[in-house]
Amino acid sequence: MALKLYGAAMSPCTSRVMTCLHEKEADFELIPIDLFAGEHKQLPFLAKNPFGQIPALEDGDLSLFESRAISAYVAEKYKEAGHDLIRCQSLKEAAEVKVWMEVESQQYHPAISPIIFQFFAAPLQGKVPDQAIIDENLEKLGKVLDVYEEKLSRTKYLAGDFYSLADLFHLSFTYYFMKTPCANLINERPHVKAWWEDISSRPAFQKVASAMTFGEKGN
Amino acid sequence: MKVHGYPLSTATQRVLACLYEKDVEFQFVNVDMVAGEHKSPNFLPLNPFGQVPAFEEGDLKLFESRATTHYIAHEYADKGTQLLLPGSNKTMAVFQLWKEVEAHQFDPPSTKLVFELRYKPHFGMTTDTAVVEEYEAKFAKVLDVYEARLAESKYLACDHFTLADLHHLPTVQYLLGSSAKKLFDSRPHVSAWVADITARPAWSKVMGMLKQ
Repeated sequence: MALKLYGAAMSPCTSRVMTCLHEKEADFELIPIDLFAGEHKQLPFLAKNPFGQIPALEDGDLSLFESRAISAYVAEKYKEAGHDLIRCQSLKEAAEVKVWMEVESQQYHPAISPIIFQFFAAPLQGKVPDQAIIDENLEKLGKVLDVYEEKLSRTKYLAGDFYSLADLFHLSFTYYFMKTPCANLINERPHVKAWWEDISSRPAFQKVASAMTFGEKGN
Repeated sequence: MKVHGYPLSTATQRVLACLYEKDVEFQFVNVDMVAGEHKSPNFLPLNPFGQVPAFEEGDLKLFESRATTHYIAHEYADKGTQLLLPGSNKTMAVFQLWKEVEAHQFDPPSTKLVFELRYKPHFGMTTDTAVVEEYEAKFAKVLDVYEARLAESKYLACDHFTLADLHHLPTVQYLLGSSAKKLFDSRPHVSAWVADITARPAWSKVMGMLKQ
């Protein structure tokens, strides 16, 4: 039976899970949730995620939310298929992957997310992007990317010389970031730039990226 | 095993709680944050983000408290308290989910409140009451979800204490000593869970370190 993913194709968190599903060659059905109608803040969706956020996943009687938990579940369940995203054979490598998954969660995401919000979501609420918020977070993100530049000068990917879930978690928000005038933060750091070009060209992400049209006319 | 940290740091306490629950030997190396040691060239190789804690075991170097607890809980699965939820991928997924909830839903508003209500007074700064009001409202909504969850499950992930509960301890303890405690008290299941997890002997050992 195919997995059911409730979300929206242009949402970065839904895209995070879909990228993982494609890497693991897992069958799934995307069931659209109408964000503009507030469907995510009402029943029946609230029963799937009491925090009223997309995505949510159903696998038989298992109901999950939080995109990183869902992705970790998918990577574990389908560990024999597709690319090894979690380094199951080595506890040490798996621990390194976990470190950089936490870095994405605790260092990268809090800096990049407000920037994406200001450029893509604020206009939908009739607001002009707040430059003060953008500038403050660009400064934070720059410092994080300095750490990434140093790490990626020593290893090809974040957790080591292997592509992992830690790299994958960065894809969807960074994809939107590269559409803003701030893309130079990535492009000016040669190792970060090379890493970004590598991971964003993976076929599993390319499948998802084509639907990530948030903020474009008609959406 | 070495933990480089600062006893008042919530992230350091998170790792210490895990080590005490697993009943494993470790050496605590104090990092003088007041002197800025965590940003010094000596410390940065241990954590390039200049934050505590950092962890070493042989040639393995880790940082990020939640990645560290995960490693300890797996490597020492056979010792001390069972902090994981072994079983099927499905049970592990539910465990993972509640760890994500702590990190992404609980931590942001609660950390803000700890900063305003505990940290600022400690360092002679003025609490911003508007920020407190805003974040207490956000935190209350999160706790409503916890109240519903804990009404149907004794602990967050399942019927026994796991890392999903442990990760909350440092922030919960700080908030118990603040006006935000009322948000726990008005929710019976949350209140019972808070009382239960903060009474654990391993957590008392972490609190004991603060007195040294």
